[in-house]
Amino acid sequence: MAEEVILLDFWASMFGMRTRIALEEKKVKFDYREQDLWNKGSLLLEMNPIHKKIPVLIHNGKPVCESLIQVEYIDETWPGENPLLPSDPYQRAQAKFWADFIDKKVNVTARRIWAIKGEEKEASKELIEIFKTLESELGDKHYFGGETFGYVDIALIGFYSWFGVYNKFGNMSIETECPTLTAWAQRCLKRESVAKTLPESEKVTAFISQRLGLE
Amino acid sequence: MAEKEEVKLLGIWASPFSRRIEMALKLKGIPYDYVEEILEHKSPLLLALNPIHKKVPVLVHNGKTILESQVILEYIDETWKQSPILPQDPYERSKARFLAKLVDEQIITAGFVSMARADEKGREALAEQTRELIMNLEKELVGKDFFGGKSVGFLDLVAGSMIPFCLERGWEGIGLKVITEEKFPEYSRWVKNLEKVEAVKDCIPPREKHVEHMNYMGERIRSA
Repeated sequence: MAEEVILLDFWASMFGMRTRIALEEKKVKFDYREQDLWNKGSLLLEMNPIHKKIPVLIHNGKPVCESLIQVEYIDETWPGENPLLPSDPYQRAQAKFWADFIDKKVNVTARRIWAIKGEEKEASKELIEIFKTLESELGDKHYFGGETFGYVDIALIGFYSWFGVYNKFGNMSIETECPTLTAWAQRCLKRESVAKTLPESEKVTAFISQRLGLE
Repeated sequence: MAEKEEVKLLGIWASPFSRRIEMALKLKGIPYDYVEEILEHKSPLLLALNPIHKKVPVLVHNGKTILESQVILEYIDETWKQSPILPQDPYERSKARFLAKLVDEQIITAGFVSMARADEKGREALAEQTRELIMNLEKELVGKDFFGGKSVGFLDLVAGSMIPFCLERGWEGIGLKVITEEKFPEYSRWVKNLEKVEAVKDCIPPREKHVEHMNYMGERIRSA
């Protein structure tokens, strides 16, 4: 049976980027369908009726929702190429802990910088602290998983394309405050899957500025 | 000769997150040492093992620390292969994880807020929201003894520890009727099935003490 893989996504979503990167790493051919988040299509609403959110991965007609769940699904369904999670249970647990930490802390804090008026100063400070915790975890490793690009790298890298937004509205320079993380991001960008997936930071910044009515 | 296995669990008797770990360990017949933590007076050990979140449960296995209840459940399943709790099929696994996330994020939030609200109208609105969310679990149980099929699985432990054996105790305490057998026949049947499983039954917090505790938690949220 022919394999049908569809991804309902939005170009600037750091969550959708995770799924795209995972599919690219596994060399899985997929049909990317850009969604209009302000006028949601029937397929999106049908495939994710509970949350009505992107990304939605549809594999042979069956939907998988939530980006990290999609990444695990992709790793389990196409195991041959480039494993995204370690095989050792303890190392897997470590990877899942850090991906969960990223999910719990990064977006919630980063959003406040540009989406809520008056919170940018406090939220910027908090975001830098979160990034410093991640830098501590990274240490002098090549990637979060060590030598191999994997789950935690995939969970975090999409946010790099939003650094311009956070820097602009938070009046800061993440690159200056977190050089280790920045170097890690640059290493990730050398990978084809990441380079193909991440939008230009300027494009994301322009998009947000426009949405906020500033350009 | 088998190497001595060290399994230690730091938990809190009323926490659905630590109870579900106990259920998993008992299901798999894994002996463990249990350390009871106190919410308001966390031990130096807990703070050392979980400096970032400072929460239970914490599993220590042969010196290795594992955190976050769903991560711990998966670790246990991968390390001790008897009585598997996650489905084999990747799609079924993704469904279990998706619904488990729904329980631990949306259902718990709606549930706790419904208890914390002081006004009746607010409580009922949140109760209705919670019912809508739980309906997704109701649909999943049609034709099954457990979410895991014939036996207790990952989602049974997550949803079981959270809804019938935690949130329902809170609703009981404030006299809020959220789940009825009439509206949730599959759920009601599932709870009865769960209560018959020894590994689950042994890990349900004692009712009266728990209802009192949930009232206290509701107050705590209200006054926050």
